[in-house]
Amino acid sequence: MEYFSLTLHEALRRLDTGEISSVTLTESVLARIDSVESTVQAYLALDRERALRQAEQADIVRSKGQAGPLCGIPLAIKDVLCTTAMPTTCGSRMLEHFIAPYDATVVTRLAQAGSILLGKLAMDEFAMGSTSENCAFKLPRNPWNPNCVAGGSSGGSAAAVAADECLASLGSDTGGSIRQPASLCGTVGMKPTYGRVSRYGLVAFASSLDQVGPLTKDVRDCALMMNVISGHDPLDSTSIDQPVPDYLESLRDGLKGMKIGIPREYFGHGLDPEVDKVVRQGMVMLEEAGAELVEVSLPHTGYCVAVYYLIAPAEASSNLARFDGVRYGFRDRSADSLIGMYNTTRSRGFGDEVKRRILIGTYALSSGYYDAFYKKASQVRTLIKEDFARAFAACDLIVSPVVPTPAWKIGDKADDPLALYLSDILTLSANLAGIPGMSVPCGFSREGLPIGMQLQAAHFNEAALLRAAHNLEQRAGVVGKKPALV
Amino acid sequence: MKITSDEVRHVAGLARLDLSDAEVDRMAGQLNVILAYVAKLDELDTTGVAVTTHTQQVVNAFREDAVRPSLPRERALSNGSDQNGESFVVPKVIG
Repeated sequence: MEYFSLTLHEALRRLDTGEISSVTLTESVLARIDSVESTVQAYLALDRERALRQAEQADIVRSKGQAGPLCGIPLAIKDVLCTTAMPTTCGSRMLEHFIAPYDATVVTRLAQAGSILLGKLAMDEFAMGSTSENCAFKLPRNPWNPNCVAGGSSGGSAAAVAADECLASLGSDTGGSIRQPASLCGTVGMKPTYGRVSRYGLVAFASSLDQVGPLTKDVRDCALMMNVISGHDPLDSTSIDQPVPDYLESLRDGLKGMKIGIPREYFGHGLDPEVDKVVRQGMVMLEEAGAELVEVSLPHTGYCVAVYYLIAPAEASSNLARFDGVRYGFRDRSADSLIGMYNTTRSRGFGDEVKRRILIGTYALSSGYYDAFYKKASQVRTLIKEDFARAFAACDLIVSPVVPTPAWKIGDKADDPLALYLSDILTLSANLAGIPGMSVPCGFSREGLPIGMQLQAAHFNEAALLRAAHNLEQRAGVVGKKPALV
Repeated sequence: MKITSDEVRHVAGLARLDLSDAEVDRMAGQLNVILAYVAKLDELDTTGVAVTTHTQQVVNAFREDAVRPSLPRERALSNGSDQNGESFVVPKVIG
């Protein structure tokens, strides 16, 4: 039996019955990594010995009847989350040798739940990108077609789950960076409500938009991961003190009584006909499960990309000011003045896309331009948020495609920043409004590339997302379909 | 509104980035494409619309002003590229 291919919940069941041990499971996943990683290129760091030690420990803990909710499960996380046990590079030369002095709260929570940390996953530098091509060290491939991008910025997190190189992973989502690669690689991915999951130890990109969330093999696994990582953290003053429901409960019900909104603006110009067809088939499945479909309007959708690509770079230009070669990270030694050292360190440490966004952000915040750009964008953000509030008065969920097209060839949009930014049009608004969003595998293109459906809900209504996603998953017939790697 | 190469150099200076002439020209071109696109926000009249900087209604997050363990000094210094065991070392600031 190839244990690496198990879902997280199925692996837990077998660990619980004693059918497998965590050591057997972890060895199986490590063997899988050995056979496919040269193609998939998802891991920036991998610690086998530590993983096996943790697995032995997990087996002892379980034999004593003290197993936590993820006891003995081998996981991996996006390299944007601080870990004391291995480097945290953010996919950047700037942090190539950085060992964080503390663990991110989500890392601590996963460890306390008994899980095993296999390693850290590739990503666009500082989470800026839609293809992971901006990673300074590796380019993760789409397991369904290694000539195609895995998406980004959490490309490694999606590719590793889709290729069975871990049982589940964590990513971060500032404008779609969990949902978009999940859709392109055929995994489940959730961006929780802003404030649902602690960001302590998440290297900041755009602080009013960033959120940590899981990428998993199915919806039940997503609920299990959400149960562990959600909740208030006194170390993150933006995390919200609201009770966390048992997300597994939300998987029990059908969709009778649920109103699902279809936003007409999300099915417009530029949508690939195959994506349109697969997602519309998914809507019929939701209807068959008992939901009522209603048309809704999000009239400011066309302005989301413009708003996002002012606000996110503005916040990034401020957040990334900390990389100055002094307290951590790379220092260039060619200049002998302090300012010179800042300049050469940042110029050699950052890649092109990061520099581009720092420049846009600095320009948008600079004297004389603040009102025209940053303030204007923040006002239109209010209009976008109000669009959702109005829509959620008429429906419980909004469904749409995640990405306008299936995965594209590596290099195809690499020289056209705006074309890439425009591909984020369907996912950015959830971050701007702070609402939860999710990608669920819905079908495949003729070329065999996965296509996801996006579900969005009102603040803190992750349970409704999981409930609808679970019903879709039962009907879409995509569970258990695996890429033909090797 | 078009951004000139000189403006790119000025903004790069504010952001503490050294750009080569070739980089300045390339960035100016790309920034102009992006700025031309974001100008579509001007289609909207936002007079009187409040700004959103935070999507949740959180006013302040206070905690007790209690002494807690913090990072030991050697740990805090451990990632510094140049440090003397007590502080970070930087190129001479005062001549």
